[in-house]
Amino acid sequence: MAHAEAQQHPVAAHVEGQQHPIGIYLKIWGLLFVLSTASYLVDYFHFQGYLRWFLIILFMLLKAGLIVAVFMHMLWERLAMVYAILVPTVLLMVLLGIGALEADYTFFTRGVFFLKGLL
Amino acid sequence: MTQGTRATAAEPLPLAEGIQGIVSDWSSDQRAFKNVPWGKAMMWIFLLSDTFIFSSFLISYMTVRMSTTDPWPNPSEVFALVLFGKKIPLILIAIMTFVLISSSGTMAMAVNFGYRKDRVKTFVLLLVTAALGATFVGMQAFEWTKLIVDEGIRPWGNPLGAAQFGSTFFMITGFHGTHVSIGVIFLIIVAIKVIRGDLDHERPGFMTGRKGKYEIVEIMGLYWHFVDLVWVFIFAVFYLW
Repeated sequence: MAHAEAQQHPVAAHVEGQQHPIGIYLKIWGLLFVLSTASYLVDYFHFQGYLRWFLIILFMLLKAGLIVAVFMHMLWERLAMVYAILVPTVLLMVLLGIGALEADYTFFTRGVFFLKGLL
Repeated sequence: MTQGTRATAAEPLPLAEGIQGIVSDWSSDQRAFKNVPWGKAMMWIFLLSDTFIFSSFLISYMTVRMSTTDPWPNPSEVFALVLFGKKIPLILIAIMTFVLISSSGTMAMAVNFGYRKDRVKTFVLLLVTAALGATFVGMQAFEWTKLIVDEGIRPWGNPLGAAQFGSTFFMITGFHGTHVSIGVIFLIIVAIKVIRGDLDHERPGFMTGRKGKYEIVEIMGLYWHFVDLVWVFIFAVFYLW
């Protein structure tokens, strides 16, 4: 029975490639302009500290998400491909963490070394 | 029980969705990536590898910037321009960002008109994209000239502070600029194929026996949007940090 029902709702046929109304691209384009202006203004108004970091990273991720989801059509792809492409990039967070740890340690040892030179 | 009543053999079976869809796609015969042309799946895999290259550059940049004891030159001032008698911080980079985003917008529309088989509009939009890309590279050449000639910044050192500034700057923006330049060349090649009608008549391209189809415009688009995507990250972590 469940099998028969599944057959009545086939996956929307892919005629050829990705076809979407042109309006959605124009809207995302506008949104990217707004987000870019916003991230430029963060620098223009000299926001500093955690507020600056929060805003820069927020605008960066929003822009990246919009480009990948709509312009690159990830929103409409099958999950098998979305996961195959996006999950490996999460591994880069490990490299980021290692880089930050290493940099802190190098900065510390350089500090010790240059301080010794002064004494 | 209903299997015997299927109207035509050509009608494909519906694909599973959600997590079940992932499992069944990956465990199925022949191909894991359903509903996408082969070239598109391959372009995505290439872009994934390129993501790792650019991430390695940006993470190395973060590591050397965090570990240097010399003061880092302020990008806001280094990339300022004097316009209309006023010094505006980072304005050149902001304009470059808008140029690249605009080229991404025209590219997305070229892909759309391509699938509608609107040859002339696709051709014009591809050429506009290429022109904006070339503008971006031109502005980058101007920026490099300014930094090298006027400010004396070299990959091995500079008068403004940390030597790592020059090496990471030329490496990262140079690699990105190379990607944009290659993209401009391929945009022009694809534009010519479109206006000649190669894709309507399914003529194979050079170095391949595969039929030309409008999906190559989308595959080109994936590469171009990726170049814009990388710039989003460079803009945030190199210029705004």
